[in-house]
Amino acid sequence: MNLNAFLVGLLFGLGLIVSGMTDPSKVIGFLDLAGTWDPSLAFVMAGAILIGAGAFTMAKKRQRSLLGAPMRLSTATELDSRLLLGSLVFGIGWGLSGFCPGPAVVSAAAGQPKAWIFVASMLAGMALYNMIERRGK
Amino acid sequence: MNLSDFTHSTYIAGLSGGLLIGIAAAMFVLLNGRIAGISGILGGLVQADKGDKTWRVLFLLGMAASPFAYRIAFNLPAVTIEAGTAQLIIAGLLVGLGTSYASGCTSGHGVCGISRGSIRSIAATLTFMTAGFITVYLTRHLLGL
Repeated sequence: MNLNAFLVGLLFGLGLIVSGMTDPSKVIGFLDLAGTWDPSLAFVMAGAILIGAGAFTMAKKRQRSLLGAPMRLSTATELDSRLLLGSLVFGIGWGLSGFCPGPAVVSAAAGQPKAWIFVASMLAGMALYNMIERRGK
Repeated sequence: MNLSDFTHSTYIAGLSGGLLIGIAAAMFVLLNGRIAGISGILGGLVQADKGDKTWRVLFLLGMAASPFAYRIAFNLPAVTIEAGTAQLIIAGLLVGLGTSYASGCTSGHGVCGISRGSIRSIAATLTFMTAGFITVYLTRHLLGL
């Protein structure tokens, strides 16, 4: 199962590189509806969901994975403010930089110093969230 | 869009990359029973009291190996990062905080969540895409950053 985690990470990363998602200027081109909009990244999501929809339909019917691990799928359905405000804040950061977490990790590994800055800051943001959550308990 | 636009390589590249991402997400849920959500995988590493670190580290090592594997056969595509240091720091903090509160990002909600038909993931994806569109409009066309 750990070997599969490595292989999935590798394949996911290759997909991000092939798709063009690892280039922030391309991502911003996709988000720039008022400029010379580049819709090609919509095909990334379409391709991924095409495969994913079949796999998740199978997964939802199972209690355990093919390797016997418990199936960890969220059952939450509530549209709360944490989900919506969190996504809003994420989208602002995505639009400011052109980076979302996966491509940032790949670019950091490829040796882009600006991606190191972004990833360090993103990890700090995640750690900050943990601190805030612990304090609230 | 006409056919010659579609056959232009960036659409084919986008679709092919998307199919690879879909296969990766499918392998992860069917074999490991888990969501291939990058922010969640990273978030679990930053959280001190979370025990299951091994698979997270291996997933990220695989991801970090991907540019090196790609380079065996091809040249890495050119990457342009227009944002300056301050902008990257602010953006990173927002992405880290936002994806933590939202329990997911482009991969966890956008790919895996939509694939399983989750209402929360559809709402999250519509929200972060809209926020991204508006942010780029403001920064590029109104503020000229």
